[in-house]
Amino acid sequence: MNRDTKFNVIRTAASILIALGISFVIIFFISEEPLEAIMKMITGPISRKRLFGNVIELTIPLIFTGLGVSIMFSAMQINLASEGAFHIGGVIAALVALNLPMPGFIHPYAAILLAGVVGALFTFIPAILKIKTSANEIVSSLMLNYIALFFANYILNYYLRDPGAGAVASYPLPASAKLSSIISGTNIHIGLIIALLFTAGAYIFLYKSKMGYMIRVSGQNEDFARFSGINIIKVILISQIIGGFIAGMGGGIQLLGLYRRFTWTTLLGYGWDAIIVATLAKNNPLYVPISAFFLAYIRIGADIMSRSTDVTPEIVSITQGTIIILIVAKQFLAKYKHRMVAKEAKSTIDTEGVE
Amino acid sequence: MTVFEILFSADFLRVILRVTTPILFATLAGAVSSKSGIFNIALEGIMLLAALIGVIFSAMFSSSWMGLLAAIIFGGLVGLFLGFLVLNFKTDDILAGIAINLMAAGGTIFMLFLVSGDRGVSSSIDSIVLPNVNIPIIENIPFLGRVLSGHNVLTYFVFISVFLMHMFMYKTPLGLKIRAVGENPDAAESVGINVHKIQYIALGLSGVLSGFGGAFLSMGYLSYFTTNMTAGRGFIGLAANAMGRSTPIGGMLVALLFGTADAAANVFQTGIDIPYELIQMLPYITVIVGLSAFSYRNMKKKEKTIEK
Amino acid sequence: MSEMILEMKNILKIYPNGIVANEHVNFSVRKGEIHALLGENGAGKSTLMKVLFGIEKQEEGEIYHKGQKIQINSPHEAIAKNIGMVHQHFMLVPSLTVAENIILGVEPKKNKIFTDMDEAIKISEDIAKKYNFDIDVTEKIEDIPVGTKQQVEILKALYRGADILILDEPTAVLTPQETKELFEQLRKLKDKGHTIIFISHKLDEIKQICDRLTIMRNGKSKGTYETKDTSTEEMSRLMVGRDVFLTFDKEKSEPKETVLKVRDLCHVNSAGNKKLKNISFDLKTGEILGVAGVEGNGQSELFSILTGLISNYSGSVKVLEHEAKELTIKEIRDLGVSYIPEDRMIYGCAEDMDILHNLISNQFDKEKFSSKYMLKSDEIEEFSSKLVEEYNIKADSYKQNISMLSGGNIQKVVVAREFSAEPTLILANQPTRGIDVGAAEFIRKKLIELSREGNCAVLLISADLNEVFELSDRLAVMYKGEFAGSFTDIESLTEEELGKYMLGIKKDEELEGITYE
Repeated sequence: MNRDTKFNVIRTAASILIALGISFVIIFFISEEPLEAIMKMITGPISRKRLFGNVIELTIPLIFTGLGVSIMFSAMQINLASEGAFHIGGVIAALVALNLPMPGFIHPYAAILLAGVVGALFTFIPAILKIKTSANEIVSSLMLNYIALFFANYILNYYLRDPGAGAVASYPLPASAKLSSIISGTNIHIGLIIALLFTAGAYIFLYKSKMGYMIRVSGQNEDFARFSGINIIKVILISQIIGGFIAGMGGGIQLLGLYRRFTWTTLLGYGWDAIIVATLAKNNPLYVPISAFFLAYIRIGADIMSRSTDVTPEIVSITQGTIIILIVAKQFLAKYKHRMVAKEAKSTIDTEGVE
Repeated sequence: MTVFEILFSADFLRVILRVTTPILFATLAGAVSSKSGIFNIALEGIMLLAALIGVIFSAMFSSSWMGLLAAIIFGGLVGLFLGFLVLNFKTDDILAGIAINLMAAGGTIFMLFLVSGDRGVSSSIDSIVLPNVNIPIIENIPFLGRVLSGHNVLTYFVFISVFLMHMFMYKTPLGLKIRAVGENPDAAESVGINVHKIQYIALGLSGVLSGFGGAFLSMGYLSYFTTNMTAGRGFIGLAANAMGRSTPIGGMLVALLFGTADAAANVFQTGIDIPYELIQMLPYITVIVGLSAFSYRNMKKKEKTIEK
Repeated sequence: MSEMILEMKNILKIYPNGIVANEHVNFSVRKGEIHALLGENGAGKSTLMKVLFGIEKQEEGEIYHKGQKIQINSPHEAIAKNIGMVHQHFMLVPSLTVAENIILGVEPKKNKIFTDMDEAIKISEDIAKKYNFDIDVTEKIEDIPVGTKQQVEILKALYRGADILILDEPTAVLTPQETKELFEQLRKLKDKGHTIIFISHKLDEIKQICDRLTIMRNGKSKGTYETKDTSTEEMSRLMVGRDVFLTFDKEKSEPKETVLKVRDLCHVNSAGNKKLKNISFDLKTGEILGVAGVEGNGQSELFSILTGLISNYSGSVKVLEHEAKELTIKEIRDLGVSYIPEDRMIYGCAEDMDILHNLISNQFDKEKFSSKYMLKSDEIEEFSSKLVEEYNIKADSYKQNISMLSGGNIQKVVVAREFSAEPTLILANQPTRGIDVGAAEFIRKKLIELSREGNCAVLLISADLNEVFELSDRLAVMYKGEFAGSFTDIESLTEEELGKYMLGIKKDEELEGITYE
């Protein structure tokens, strides 16, 4: 493990520990039984098979959006539309499930595929607007998330809604379209396998393919990439499309794996969580499942904690925010890195000799 | 009533002013921050936090003014915190802002539950609403009176703020320093200006303005706090700021445009053939179209000067 | 004879990368004189003034101001001692007016809250009038011409009480007319008792305006002289020359095919200045064409056009039979062209990636390194490790992050990448600038090797005389966007002679051997 990697690991571990530490301190202040709360949060998820199953179930959508964001951010495009892509993916999957009958072995996959395509369209828009009009992709992608939400509501209310259901929901999704469960006693579905396959695929794409190389170099230094002959426009568009495709697919898979009807009337937040996942994973697809699992674990842990103690699960958002800040803050442990770098540079100069 | 009649009715214009208020506060908050060179994406989160803080403190002190005060002070503090993250901790301003938004989204639910026992709405708290103001004489003018009088005090304040911000940015020494720091920090440094100090001040002010916006949402627009009640208005404010070229007056005009789209979405809930959900998309589509058109024009203008 | 207002004694300044920028330099200025600080790029004159103005700190040496020993630790302190500096890159805020820029930081107040703009305008107009500057102080900086911007910078310094003014290459961005106006103003300032330090490498201007001059070369001072007693030839001789003679054994060149054919190349930049005027030359494989000249005479623009970064020019630039402006950068590279850019950190590498990633940016899609979609990792790793060894790159391995390397080693990565692509044409711009001697020598040897054994054509743009003399088979000198001279007999060319062309003292109408037709 070279110096850089070692430093990154130390920094990531420190960030996580400090963030958790801060959360625990807050719990101490607000809870009547802080120790029990913390114990529930840490050990709750592994206390029962079903609960651990919940962790895995939550990990799945986080992997998809996390992979999507990793690829998009690797091109240094702050495209925040994966939230909307995920959501629209869900509604498109519902549309296909309910309105396009198909035999069971292709039904869910057709739905998921179309979900991905429409998701890609959503993340494509900020990218093409940036290229053609120089419009800030942060703002346009943020707006698209809300557009996705309302458009999905439109489709739900006008094409999918079951008037007989108690709440706002679509008709029940047909069995042919559902993703089967793979581990009994839990709701873990085939989506997990697909997620892991896509993790491998995304890793190979980003680190072993030509396009992946071009994406990463352009993200690191656009001038250098251009001067090396790389077509920046192609790189931006492809990276954003692929990211959106994966996020959209994630939405479709989430719906068909865990839900009986399409009931999403608000944005679920997996796109924002993806930013934490990707940041923790340093935009490397291989680490995405690990950081997704970690995030899911503390979320479920917090949920379990809230059910039997007086602490609300949202405390986790403070943990999440702190982790991002510490990981991205260059000054965090910078002095330590500086010492490492200085030692390094000194030894290089010493062996070379200076005039 | 026909669409035409609705659009030009006094009630509709009245709604525009009401709906524009939070957006405009966010726009002004974005303006002062971007003039100093920092992109404050956290103002969405700050507005949300301020909305809750306002409700809590107004109930605690049985006074809407205390609520407002607490909201803007808290907003200012979060703005300074963002400054700390960006300037001292050297965090990328966008990621730091996103982190704050995430913490605000969860943190507000967390605090809401702590204080009211509910995780959705703050109705169990006796929060107090900021007063509406009836302007004497004007209120009796037909049509205009209906449009201009009887608004919440913060609505009047936001439009006055546009004027105040304009004066501040363009007519005071501090405003001059902020503009210099944002445009050419080296130049500012070379005449002895402490660049970081100025940026801190700008971010604190940005937080305060966001605080006003949040306070309006929970103590004027509605009379309670609901989770995620900002609904992207902070982000729309950022877009308005970008299109208004970070000037208070330009930003106001664009914010009014978006407010109109938002009001239309509100008003046309029933009585029109287009599905409500599609109308809800209207403000956000307006932002994208407007932003693209504006950016395109800017891009072409830059190209022309390079060719010369 | 007036007294010395400023004395810098024994100044030693070494930069973190080991380069000795000022080597025991003595520099004194009399009150009320216009004193030139003369030298080529990299001679150390900017550094000396940065030490004076508090931007850099010296390792050794003292500064005496009006007889008192002082230590200046920041521009703020320099300004407090009435020393002002007008930088090459203006420190102005474009959207603010002249008056606002002048009073920035010391704004006059009205009613304690508002800026008193009337007072600011009055202050600015007064000071402009006092020094005879004809400026409309209500105009915005972005709307005024470059010469006026510079005047604003001078006024800024004067307003803050500067009686010693340092001007860093002030005429680099001015038109001839603006230069004339500047000189008139400088004379007036001198009449009012101000002392001016004029950093430049333009001999004709120094002759016009300066009383005395100090020449710097390679970090050392070559003495102080009265301008009226010194000819431009003498100045040139002292400025331009090699202290160290490195010789390479170079086989005679045998030029073969023409790969670069440039005719009547003209380029006007975005500010409207003519940067290239009728440049014509040919370049064949098997030879090295050196382009000498002080930086800023059009070399950067020439390089950008040849590499495809800039495509607005008139005239013809034929790279291997193709017109450059019709090709993308990739297409030019695919023809067999390699580049060594001036600024390795901006255009030459991706700072946060490892050496391997930086080594294949120009070849990753060649058949030997990739199939249709995928990279061939084994081949790439083998290639990287071979290059690290061949080019003597001091690193733990090709997996190391490139930012950890010294400047010289980073440049070796750049060079390794570009040279290993088996190019037919190499365009090198200041390839050994800012790196240690060992790395520089290595790179130069490689260039010769490639031109002789690799059958490559090399265009070497360099402000380093050593390099240009040692490597060139033919040599052209650029001055103010044109070729001032062309030489095919390098052996009998002296530095003094070359210096005259570089500094504009001499210019040939007929350029011997510049083209092959």
